[in-house]
Amino acid sequence: MFTYIVRRLALAVPTLLLISLVIFLLVDLAPGSPMSQIPLTVPPDVRQKIMEAMGANDPVWARYLLWLRQFFWIEPLYLWDHWFGTSLAEGEQRILSWQSRSPVFDIIGQRIPQTLTVVGTAYLVGVLIALPIGIWSAYRQYSWFDQFGTFISMVGFSVPTFFTGVLLIVVFAVNLQWFPSVYDTTLKVTDWESFWKQVRQMAMPVAVLALFNAAEISRYTRAAMLENLGQDYVRTARAKGMSERVVLLKHVLRNSMIPVVTVIALGLPTVFGGAIITEQVFKVNGIGAALIGAIHASDLPMVQTLTFIFAVLIVVFNLVADVLYGILDPRIRYD
Amino acid sequence: MKLRTALLGAAAAFVTAPAAWAERGSDGELRLTFPQAVSTLNGYLSGGTKDLLAGGMVIEPLAGFDTSGTIFPRLVTEIPSRENGGIAEDLTSVTWKLIPGLLWSDGTPFTAADVVFTAEYCMHPEGGCAQGSKFAGVASVEAVDDLTVKVTFQGPQPNPFTAFVGYQSPILQKAQFEACLGAAAPTCTEQNSFPVGTGPFRVTGFTVNDTVQLEANPNYRDPAKPAFATAMIKGGGDAMGSARSVMETGEFDYAWNTQIPPDAQTAMLAAGKGQFVVAFGSLVERIEMNLTDPSPDLPEGERSTVKHPHPILSDANVRRALSMAIDRQTLVEVGYGAGGKPTCNLVPAPEIFASDNTGCLTQDIEGAKALLDQAGWVPGADGIREKDGRRLSLVYQTSVNPIRQDFQALIKSWWAELGVETELKSIDAGVFFGGDPGSPDTFQKFYADVEMYANNFEGNDPQVYLANYLCANIPGPDSQWQGENINRFCDPAFDALVAELAATTELEKRTEIAKKLNDMLTKDSMVIVPLVHRGTLSAHANTLGGVAINAWDNEMWNTQDWVRVE
Repeated sequence: MFTYIVRRLALAVPTLLLISLVIFLLVDLAPGSPMSQIPLTVPPDVRQKIMEAMGANDPVWARYLLWLRQFFWIEPLYLWDHWFGTSLAEGEQRILSWQSRSPVFDIIGQRIPQTLTVVGTAYLVGVLIALPIGIWSAYRQYSWFDQFGTFISMVGFSVPTFFTGVLLIVVFAVNLQWFPSVYDTTLKVTDWESFWKQVRQMAMPVAVLALFNAAEISRYTRAAMLENLGQDYVRTARAKGMSERVVLLKHVLRNSMIPVVTVIALGLPTVFGGAIITEQVFKVNGIGAALIGAIHASDLPMVQTLTFIFAVLIVVFNLVADVLYGILDPRIRYD
Repeated sequence: MKLRTALLGAAAAFVTAPAAWAERGSDGELRLTFPQAVSTLNGYLSGGTKDLLAGGMVIEPLAGFDTSGTIFPRLVTEIPSRENGGIAEDLTSVTWKLIPGLLWSDGTPFTAADVVFTAEYCMHPEGGCAQGSKFAGVASVEAVDDLTVKVTFQGPQPNPFTAFVGYQSPILQKAQFEACLGAAAPTCTEQNSFPVGTGPFRVTGFTVNDTVQLEANPNYRDPAKPAFATAMIKGGGDAMGSARSVMETGEFDYAWNTQIPPDAQTAMLAAGKGQFVVAFGSLVERIEMNLTDPSPDLPEGERSTVKHPHPILSDANVRRALSMAIDRQTLVEVGYGAGGKPTCNLVPAPEIFASDNTGCLTQDIEGAKALLDQAGWVPGADGIREKDGRRLSLVYQTSVNPIRQDFQALIKSWWAELGVETELKSIDAGVFFGGDPGSPDTFQKFYADVEMYANNFEGNDPQVYLANYLCANIPGPDSQWQGENINRFCDPAFDALVAELAATTELEKRTEIAKKLNDMLTKDSMVIVPLVHRGTLSAHANTLGGVAINAWDNEMWNTQDWVRVE
């Protein structure tokens, strides 16, 4: 197992380098220019100077190499300095966002907590709802509960979050005034009152995202359970006189969990990636909102860094899923 | 009874004039929301209105413009003029006298050295200063003494109120920004996020592209102001969400730029929590006619250049007919509601510069048809007009934006009534306004017959704006497609008149010439077809008093006077 992990990690290095190059070229070749953010009243020569000061006019390869150096060398040095109080990266240029002229990693650092709280909670809630629904729907296939669960997950799947989000705002924020429509990112949880505030402002975005996540995971769970319920070992277990509870939760559930865990693990990078639309609708200043804002403004350093971090996360969680697979299913051996 | 009425009257007087007795910090928190989040508080590095608006609560220019476009002093004792000796007789310099005893928010004195430094900061060749045009023509800025600043121009300057006037050129503190000159400017994250200023508020917290937190500046020059103890600006989302959070849920006091469809405006007003305010500056949504041939059959480098005049639109009668077919009032009702009004002018404001040009306001389809018939464009077999075997078929492009697509559809239908075939094209705003010389879809390249967008000018004088249409400013492959004369309009008489405007100092004469220039581009030639005079539409809660929206400066120019009303 250990050599397998090492081998996979070694293979990941060229993969990621290639990915970074492809992303860079894609973002660079995409139409749009940061110049579109400058008002039309600014004369052309001033615009040119702004572009030069940003380094946006340098050739592609120069910018790519600079970015590689900044990402893999200067930013880690800054982190090291930050932790140990050294000054190794003194005077080196960090990756700066074109939009705000502030370091990209500082922005990510500011935004990750919101994304993890909101999107992470939604994922957790989604999983917690999805598993029981999936299990019971499979056990009582075609019952009214199953039909109802199928209906809800179809709704969760097919109704876009920009619709459910605005619907919730109109009903619960505008008409009933139960929850705020705007997420207050400056709120600090210090006592019960502020904790309650935090819960209230998280309620709607979490509900929207949890519905979406639960829909997907509950369908996978149901399918995996159904497949296992028809297996011979289930009949054997029942014939041995085991209670339905043991049959369902010990034998069938464990075997069904193998594909479900993979799906959950592969879905985890999206937690870090944030929820572009939901964050935008509720004004949660997470990573997703940062990404879409940067794309609109053609902020290449920001888009490049964020998408590359997502790529790293996806590669890592793929590995995690594969390793988990080996642990959960003794039949699978990597060595 | 009489006593009671008198008392009520007195009480009412107090309620309507709360600013008179509010004291600093007595009104709690002011909550603002912007559909575009603030990226930096240093407008010299961004040029984005959102950043300039937020920065304006913290850093101030020497003088600003009020709601009528009249200049008024902020950090100086009086506005320089030729009468008080502030403006040199030969118009080559202007001298500003700072208010004695002014303090920065950190308690240090505000001096002429700070003003001189600000000029040095923005005029540095490697700084990429977004407000460079404010300092165009400035030869030197020097401190005569601690409280006197002299700005010398390269030549006579009829309008000396550019540098340090208006929210685009606020004063930065020398002590804070000293290490941020030139190429170092963007790396000064701390300074750009927490500038020290003289304005009514100072920054206490800043998260990029999300929230700005402010508190009352303890050293603000008026000890009774601002009435709010703290303020916050939350950014992001969209105009609809921002408007809703003021007008329907009441979570915010003020929302900037809530440009939403007219029916949504009416629905939100019905909630009774707030109101819309609109400021009409010089922003005009217009159709620009291409006077050169954009045909894809021409070799690259010759498309849309002066080498090939446009085969259809060079005919002034066609341009006029196209304009006559448009019902501008309907466009306003469909797209902007209270946020727009029909116009025939390129320079619709300030009042004194606006030509009395109203001829285009009534739609006249029959007249347009007659004009085309007269010009030899007659309907062909399929109803599309033709002349010498050439079909009257146009490509009409604009940026992706729901209102613009509505406008395109409406105008296409009116033009179809004339017998004009229109092919619509909409381009992502990032590309259309991106100015990339390699892209065929920028508005400067203009590879289409007509295009629609909006533009305006800064400040209250249209000279620079009108000078965009000089022959020399025609974009082309030699200039990397840079240049503001999008229509490729070229008229020696126009060029001569612009030169005359630049040499004229007397205001009355200037307005006269500016109107003439405006008419040459619009009603005389119909090279530019103005559609809608657009305002900025903002929303404020009924509990917020003192709002006086301003089109000539920061629209929130007087946050120091804002108060809470019940």
